[in-house]
Amino acid sequence: MRKVAIYGKGGIGKSTTTQNTVAALAEMGKKVMVVGCDPKADSTRLLLGGLAQRTVLDTLRDEGEEVDLDDIRRIGFGNTYCTESGGPEPGVGCAGRGIITSINLLEQLGAYKESIGLDYVFYDVLGDVVCGGFAMPIREGKAQEIYIVCSGEMMAMYAANNICKGIVKFANAGGVRLGGIICNSRKVDNEREMIEELARQLGTQMIHFVPRDNDVQRAEINRKTVIHWKPTCPQADEYRNLAKAMDANRMFVIPKPLEMSALEKLLMDFGLAEELGQDADATPAEIDLAAATPANTLACD
Amino acid sequence: MAHDAHEVKKEMVAIYPKKLGKKRAEQIVVTELGPDGSVPEIKANVRSSPGIITQRGCAYAGCKGVVIGPSRDILSIVHGPIGCSFYAWLTRRNQTRPPSDSDPNFITYCLSTDMTEQEIVFGGEKKLKAAIKEAYDVFHPKAIAVFSTCPVGLIGDDVHAVARQMKEELGINVFAFSCEGYRGVSQSAGHHIANNQLFKHVIGLNELAHEDKFTINLLGEYNIGGDAFVIEDLFRRCGIKLIATFSGNSDYDSMANSHTADLNLVMCHRSINYMAEMMEKKFGIPWLKINFIGAAATAKSLRKIAEYFDDAELKAKVETVIAEEMPKVDVAQKDVKSRCQGKTAMLFVGGSRAHHYQVLFKEMGMEIVAAGYEFGHRDDYEGRKVLPTIKVDADSKNIEEIEVRPDETRYVPRLSQERKAQLADPELEFQDYVGMMPEMEDGTLVIDDISHHETERLIELYKPSIFCAGIKEKYAVQKMGIPCKQLHSYDYGGPYAGFEGAINFYREIDRMVNMKVWSLVKAPWQTLAPQPEPAPVAAD
Repeated sequence: MRKVAIYGKGGIGKSTTTQNTVAALAEMGKKVMVVGCDPKADSTRLLLGGLAQRTVLDTLRDEGEEVDLDDIRRIGFGNTYCTESGGPEPGVGCAGRGIITSINLLEQLGAYKESIGLDYVFYDVLGDVVCGGFAMPIREGKAQEIYIVCSGEMMAMYAANNICKGIVKFANAGGVRLGGIICNSRKVDNEREMIEELARQLGTQMIHFVPRDNDVQRAEINRKTVIHWKPTCPQADEYRNLAKAMDANRMFVIPKPLEMSALEKLLMDFGLAEELGQDADATPAEIDLAAATPANTLACD
Repeated sequence: MAHDAHEVKKEMVAIYPKKLGKKRAEQIVVTELGPDGSVPEIKANVRSSPGIITQRGCAYAGCKGVVIGPSRDILSIVHGPIGCSFYAWLTRRNQTRPPSDSDPNFITYCLSTDMTEQEIVFGGEKKLKAAIKEAYDVFHPKAIAVFSTCPVGLIGDDVHAVARQMKEELGINVFAFSCEGYRGVSQSAGHHIANNQLFKHVIGLNELAHEDKFTINLLGEYNIGGDAFVIEDLFRRCGIKLIATFSGNSDYDSMANSHTADLNLVMCHRSINYMAEMMEKKFGIPWLKINFIGAAATAKSLRKIAEYFDDAELKAKVETVIAEEMPKVDVAQKDVKSRCQGKTAMLFVGGSRAHHYQVLFKEMGMEIVAAGYEFGHRDDYEGRKVLPTIKVDADSKNIEEIEVRPDETRYVPRLSQERKAQLADPELEFQDYVGMMPEMEDGTLVIDDISHHETERLIELYKPSIFCAGIKEKYAVQKMGIPCKQLHSYDYGGPYAGFEGAINFYREIDRMVNMKVWSLVKAPWQTLAPQPEPAPVAAD
């Protein structure tokens, strides 16, 4: 059984990418379980055709200790197993602790037992690893391979680099490795080349470039994965290719996170290549501002 | 003592890694009173270092266990996991005497929200609300206090909002303390938090007026072993009206009424000086540092109060009481001195006790060879005059400092500027505390936040006749063949305050330091030759 965790900046498309890839793996005949690790509990919506899922933590709260695996695990598209950790409403309690509780419970209930015959388990994790709880899937060998969903936008790359720092920390203690970067395109200038270069500098690979396509949006409105909704469309093949690449992947590394200056240089070299050619007088500060447009100001200072 | 304190310090510190050794060297000083009354600077109220096995407790212990806990009719609910709550059960014997059997006394209860994983994940506010409601339905208290333990701060339960809501719903006073254990470097932070909330939520709510001439509050007396009963009796006999004690043998109404007193007496400076200062600023009540531990100290404290009120009749009454008590004390002193003179003591306890109890030992003819606080600050060691020079570090800034202004209608200056100036005699400690070190013999070791290594080494070197600390240290010390007196709980003895308490203490220490059993215990350094096997015991 391969244990995979998907990380990346909030809103980058982790859940969508995960579910579409899982659907493609299921199509290939793989037995897959998805564990949603986001308190919003929307990691399995497309596989299940809606948010009908009762979360692990809600069930635990309502049923007390008498929880059965069938109470928290639903069958989704392609006979995938779907579970959602769930968690508190925003601003209350400790969502990170919730994920720890939830994954421990799944283990105790035998969700990963060999007799189930799982080929893959996917952990779809909340955007920013804000505390120990969200690192749970990569601690203690719960996940062995990590894929980071990224785009050519500065903050997405910044988040990817930060996640790599987390991987390094746990890679030394446990066995977790980075399997690659999935570029979920936002149609940024020179995006493919830039992410390929980022991957190279991190010591990993861009495992697939997923182009932007409105069919993804249309499938989501229909509460389905692209593969389920329109199996013949080109975007479905993109996810199939990603699934194949993952299935065949043997490149698992401890990443080498970049210094902030190296990351900025990368952006300047690729993101502003043409603009810089026109305006050689731009000061570094102006460039910073220009590069950080999809501002999540967190990292700008 | 044959040992040179400077050499002992050097030796104790030498074993540490360089950085720790440097820090400990600043926390260990040898007293030396300069001609200008100055004492050496000591590092205190800083983080404990890993590995030293500190005696310290946590902010929750300081807030709930020390300052608020001893009050009998504020119902205390601990919001946190059940383990912390055990320590809410005041097993260390803060005594209290409700006026009658039908008056509430919640001291022996222990209420907890028993927070579990579920509340950690989803938040504990609902459970806290339910607990407050349930406690109210069972006990119908006048006030409920909520104490947060560590996880509450981590998950961000808004205990203050819950308290406000329940206050409105139940129509009684409900207030909460953000006294999570990790706030601050020791229990000292918890004292400050307790002072702040009492000041904001209780003081000044009861406007009962008093006809009495000499009205006071006693701050920082927690009625361990019945100390407060003894002190209350002395006040009664002197004609001094005690409005409120913070918080031994106290009740909610008296604390709420405390702003009507004309003088605050500060017993434990460390745990309650904040309250004295805030009440001075808001209501104009001056404060005096006093000490009722030790017969001479008690007499001096009573005289200070009489001096403050400057009333001939009060002065005469105080002298009468002292004259009635001192002969008994003198007889007891003479008796114990015959057996205790020249014996030695070490005190490592509290933020005031290591100072106050020195007086009692000296009255017995005993010598203090080393002393220190668990959670004292520099002002407790060196005196309040160093306050302006104390660096406020990040750990202290973490605790709220309330900005207090004179109350628009209730600020009444008790003294004229002229009278204040008259009272500024250092002997009187008017709104001042001289600290522990100026009252110690030159060449004595003073150690802040003593480590276990230092404790063992001191005992090996000095072999003191008695060591004073708490329950955590007691048996480690006694295994070395040295009697250990607990000054947190008094080993369930006491009272030790006032004249009567002094006599109790003399007898207790005389018994302990002269008990033959200690000569039968072989300390590690005494077991040079192998001991004979004990005679075989017949099998049952």
